Amino acid sequence: MGFSWVLKGLFKSPTSVLGVCLVLFFSIIALFAPWIAPPEYPDEPYLLPKAGWSAEPSPPSAEHPFGTTEGQYDIFYGIVWGARTAFKVGLITVGFSALIGIVVGSISGYFGGWVDEVIMRVTDIFMAFPFLVAAMVLTTILGKGLDKIMIALITFGWMGYARLIRGSFLAAKEELYVLAAKAIGVSDLSIIFKHILPNTIYPVIIQASMSMGSMVVSASALSFLGIGAPEGYADWGQMISYARNWIVGAPGDALKYWYTFFYPGGAIVLFVLGWNLLGDALRDILDPKLRGPRGAR
Amino acid sequence: MLAYIVRRLLILPFILIGVTFLVFFMMQFLDPVQRLAAYIKSPEELKNLSSEDIERLIKRYGLDRPLWVQYLEWVKKIVHLDLGWSEVAHQPVKDAILSRFPATLELALFAVFPVIWVGIWLGVISAVHRDRLLDQVIRVFAIIGWSLPSFVFGIFILFILYGVLGLFPPGRLSLWAQAVVSSQEFKSYTGLLVIDGILNGRFDVALDALRHLVGPIITLSYLWWAFILRITRSSMLEALNKEYITTARAKGVPERLVIHRHAKRNALIPVVTVAGMMVLGLLGGVVITETIFDYPGIGRLAATASQQLDYPLILGITLFYGFLLVVGNLIVDVLYAIIDPRVRLE
Repeated sequence: MGFSWVLKGLFKSPTSVLGVCLVLFFSIIALFAPWIAPPEYPDEPYLLPKAGWSAEPSPPSAEHPFGTTEGQYDIFYGIVWGARTAFKVGLITVGFSALIGIVVGSISGYFGGWVDEVIMRVTDIFMAFPFLVAAMVLTTILGKGLDKIMIALITFGWMGYARLIRGSFLAAKEELYVLAAKAIGVSDLSIIFKHILPNTIYPVIIQASMSMGSMVVSASALSFLGIGAPEGYADWGQMISYARNWIVGAPGDALKYWYTFFYPGGAIVLFVLGWNLLGDALRDILDPKLRGPRGAR
Repeated sequence: MLAYIVRRLLILPFILIGVTFLVFFMMQFLDPVQRLAAYIKSPEELKNLSSEDIERLIKRYGLDRPLWVQYLEWVKKIVHLDLGWSEVAHQPVKDAILSRFPATLELALFAVFPVIWVGIWLGVISAVHRDRLLDQVIRVFAIIGWSLPSFVFGIFILFILYGVLGLFPPGRLSLWAQAVVSSQEFKSYTGLLVIDGILNGRFDVALDALRHLVGPIITLSYLWWAFILRITRSSMLEALNKEYITTARAKGVPERLVIHRHAKRNALIPVVTVAGMMVLGLLGGVVITETIFDYPGIGRLAATASQQLDYPLILGITLFYGFLLVVGNLIVDVLYAIIDPRVRLE
């Protein structure tokens, strides 16, 4: 199951091509943000430039291609640097929750017995809270801010991976290649990392791709509620919260401030859609259960 | 079966204790003065505090004692449902939570029906038209729905329903209906306004409450029906491959009956069993929706508490949710085991 094989699978269906394109598109925007939208304050590039002090949004113009939102923040700049924020939040939270989940799940599944029982009950406790509520509470307690959001999302985001990996380990433990490695005296650590993990990592990759979108949505949701990114920070969730007061429009012109909502809303929807389509495609390619028996086709 | 239920019941106290541990652990990130707020019983105690007063209160509530002593004292308070005073709600935390909960429950219960109904309907169509155009369209629709964050979709719905159509306003009741509900004659039986309205014979109030539920329900259900659709589609595909379907077709049963009488009925078992889980998910997933639609339930209360740093209220809501979901999940799992014997083998 090589890399080129996965790549070939990704270009089979139009939806997965769309997913790949969207993810690539946002990666390019995020990577080249300093050139696409040069920062006004180079020391703090994530702070949105203000074009004035009036509260009322102003429509797209030559100077502000997407217009300005509440507080005269430039929307175009916010979208471009918001893509960077999204990648930063997504990669860090997904990376660390997957890592914690893999370690915890491996220990639980490999050793089994009371170790497994205790770890799984601890997992249950973390899962007892609704994800967004738990993340919101922890963010509030730690003090607002993007880094606090990420800590909170990781704290309540690792359990899914742990369960996945544990399940795969329980199955793999009885496989011949593991029993053989044990019989010739390979150490536990080396069996876990060299033998079992490489064979059980695929579900985690699929899950990680799917949760890139949902983690970014959760972080944006907290910013939307006003307990996340600081005022004026390039974050799509916050930009949507700026749009909230203007969404009903002016009397007789419901669409007057459409740009305040359309651009940040569109950006986050497309970003999440891209990752979801990619995750869906990866599941079709990598999940052996969906592929049917080997060589049957 | 009995062994399964007993095992789950035996674990329950440990999970609940674990929940209190986790909340208590999170509390430790607050400084003693902030934590003190969770012990205060009335706003008078917080007024005009000098630093000596604070010292005295910290001593009085034992916040300078060893952690395990503090934990035991705190648990004792919780057992007596004493969760402190909420500045945001101007009432004890317990009352604040209990007075908002019926609104959230009403929203969740009313959202269940459209979610399941639309989800099943689309799932069956999708399975029957497998891999053909209609199936593809529905699946794309579902994946888009599942990519729409609730704060984007909710605002969009508010914009359409209220901004453009002017039909379904935010909030829970119109002013006149609010006056009726808070009057003496209106008896509160359940706290669910639609049902109370009908029981009181005030159908106009029930209708008004229902009108305010439309926006939040659409927002909540759109995010969930992709999930139901997926389950229905796969279990429907499985059912359509069964031998009794071939038999029915061979007998000459019309295709419509084969699908709706034979296949659909069997395909619905897994859907029915996730319904309980879904109610719990809906109860926990209302923060954003309630905030957008200004709907006075627990979710909006939690958001307000977070924005205004009302620690006792935040911690109280967390505990409430933790206990609610743990006990709720247990009930759902046990019911599931009773309905579907295959679960017991796990």
